[in-house]
Amino acid sequence: MAALFKARKALGLCGCRSLSSLAGLPEMHQMMRQTCRDYADRELAPIAGKLDKEHLFPAQQVRELGAMGVMAVEVPEALGGAGMDYLAYSLAVEEISRGCGSTGCVVSVNNSLYIGPILKFGTPEQKDQWITPFTTGEKVGCFALSEPGNGSDAGAASTLARQEGGEWVLNGTKAWISNCWDASATVVFATTDKSLKHKGISAFLVPMPHPGLSLGKKEDKLGIRANSTANLILEDCRIPLGNMLGPRGSGFKIAMQTLDGGRIGIASQALGIAQAALDCAVDYAHKRTAFGAPIGKLQAVQFKLADMAVAVESARLLTWKAAMLKDAKKPFTKEAAMAKLSASEAATFCGHQSIQVLGGMGYVTDMPAERHYRDARITEIYEGTSEIQRLVIAGQLLKEYVP
Amino acid sequence: MSPASVFVCLSLTLLSDYPVIRVKPDNSGVVTDGVKHSMNPFCEIAVEEAVKLKEKKFIKEVVAVSCGPTQVTETIRTALAMGCDRGIHVEVSGKDYEAMGPLQIAKIFAALAKKEEASLVILGKQAIDDDCNQTGQMTAALLDWPQGTFASEVTIDGEKVKVVREIDGGLETIKISMPAVLTADLRLNTPRYATLPNIMKAKKKKIANMKPADLGVDMVSRVEVLRVDEPPTRLAGVKVETVDDLVAKLKANGTI
Repeated sequence: MAALFKARKALGLCGCRSLSSLAGLPEMHQMMRQTCRDYADRELAPIAGKLDKEHLFPAQQVRELGAMGVMAVEVPEALGGAGMDYLAYSLAVEEISRGCGSTGCVVSVNNSLYIGPILKFGTPEQKDQWITPFTTGEKVGCFALSEPGNGSDAGAASTLARQEGGEWVLNGTKAWISNCWDASATVVFATTDKSLKHKGISAFLVPMPHPGLSLGKKEDKLGIRANSTANLILEDCRIPLGNMLGPRGSGFKIAMQTLDGGRIGIASQALGIAQAALDCAVDYAHKRTAFGAPIGKLQAVQFKLADMAVAVESARLLTWKAAMLKDAKKPFTKEAAMAKLSASEAATFCGHQSIQVLGGMGYVTDMPAERHYRDARITEIYEGTSEIQRLVIAGQLLKEYVP
Repeated sequence: MSPASVFVCLSLTLLSDYPVIRVKPDNSGVVTDGVKHSMNPFCEIAVEEAVKLKEKKFIKEVVAVSCGPTQVTETIRTALAMGCDRGIHVEVSGKDYEAMGPLQIAKIFAALAKKEEASLVILGKQAIDDDCNQTGQMTAALLDWPQGTFASEVTIDGEKVKVVREIDGGLETIKISMPAVLTADLRLNTPRYATLPNIMKAKKKKIANMKPADLGVDMVSRVEVLRVDEPPTRLAGVKVETVDDLVAKLKANGTI
């Protein structure tokens, strides 16, 4: 029992009935969460509708978030980051996404998918060159793994990289690249040795813009519209040999490990969207009257709100656990997949039910419910579809049970 | 001689946009248990001004001070994360805290300012829960220092402070000598967001603890709250057809 108390204390879980209240987290995390929440409430929520309608990239807000340290939460201070842990990052992304889902995506992609692999696998020179300028919000990065021919099937990368003289020459097309129209660099995965199959994929750092690299048209998406998504086309794109990230052939491993962490980021984004949808529904339930009383008095509405709250809170606990395991340098693949799966499904569920609670008002753009519904949908798809998450979880479970 | 230290005195208040503030069943006050508290918005503006003055190198050190129960340390930490150098928490809890009013707080702040030889004491103009607008003025009187209240602009000019004050008639500019007390009004500045690196740095900054007795302050209140009531529910109005009807109704009402 004593050991259990010690463990709970270490996780900061002592004395709290609801971890959604700020009482359960360490003081620094609470303060950090509050500052991100204040920023989201005052600077993001009021413009989120406009950003969505006009497909505008929130450049000024990204710079302000950079100044606050939110664009590089886990990066050590020496490299220009905030020097905080992954739990703090998860909290930051959730609060930012609560204000604006698209901005949450920009923050998450920059932190987890772009900076993440360079922080883990980069040389000191690469970190200086490719991380430090991307901590301030002036520049953002992106992550190019998916291709038109393979999304979930990441091992089948058909983008090729060949060595020619003192350079790598990349050829191929990447699809669905978030942030790309606003990015200044990308981590690209290309096959260096086709015969080795997924062990023949390597990772490369490419600045943007760059000769030989062009962008396809911006996709017209259902949600997260302030965030640009497009194809990345490489045609004899030449980069120095020193731009390879990590050892040759380790690209698939780098991608998978990066996505593990990225899943916690997307889970946090989904949580923020889910919470925003829930907040919208509860607020409406107080104000809207029908049958002589606020609709919050009706059981039908109460059951929906309760289900939404349970979905969000349980997904949040899974997300926090995954983040804490990562911070403790323990294996977290299964928990990260569980977090992303539950959070994204919570987001789509809450988005859906929130519109239902609002009725007709939920269907029009006057209320943010329809935007949350649309923003939530992508969280079940990118950075590993819900189906892939289930395979990852099952794979881990089966490994744990040796008959 | 450039001013050495500036005291920013903070107040912890009920969060202004909390949905419902309820009066206690015995009408002795407002329910504060379980209600979210945070730094008074005018105090945030005061902290921002002090940190700005330090960044412009007019002052060397900013000390954040607050009186109240343990909860108050969170407010002080937020001030540290905004850029204050150290904090002082004067512990007041239980019955003393419930009875604590502007006079007791002013006595504490005055005693501290004297003890630590502050050159400037900056406060928010009023707390948004009690709207007293007295603490700053009382502190200045107890210290016998000049005061620049409702400040919308503060400039340090050698040994003096030029303060632009928001008054009913417009803007009044005064020049006062230091040491002085200033109270911050809404348009003085826009408080910064605490950055993540600063939140990390705030962890290492010191918050000293003390009690009112250590400063020789007696906390006995000279004010007794008799009753707290909710504002009367708004009654429906009456529509009239013409101006004559309106005048007749107002006369019948006794209003005119």
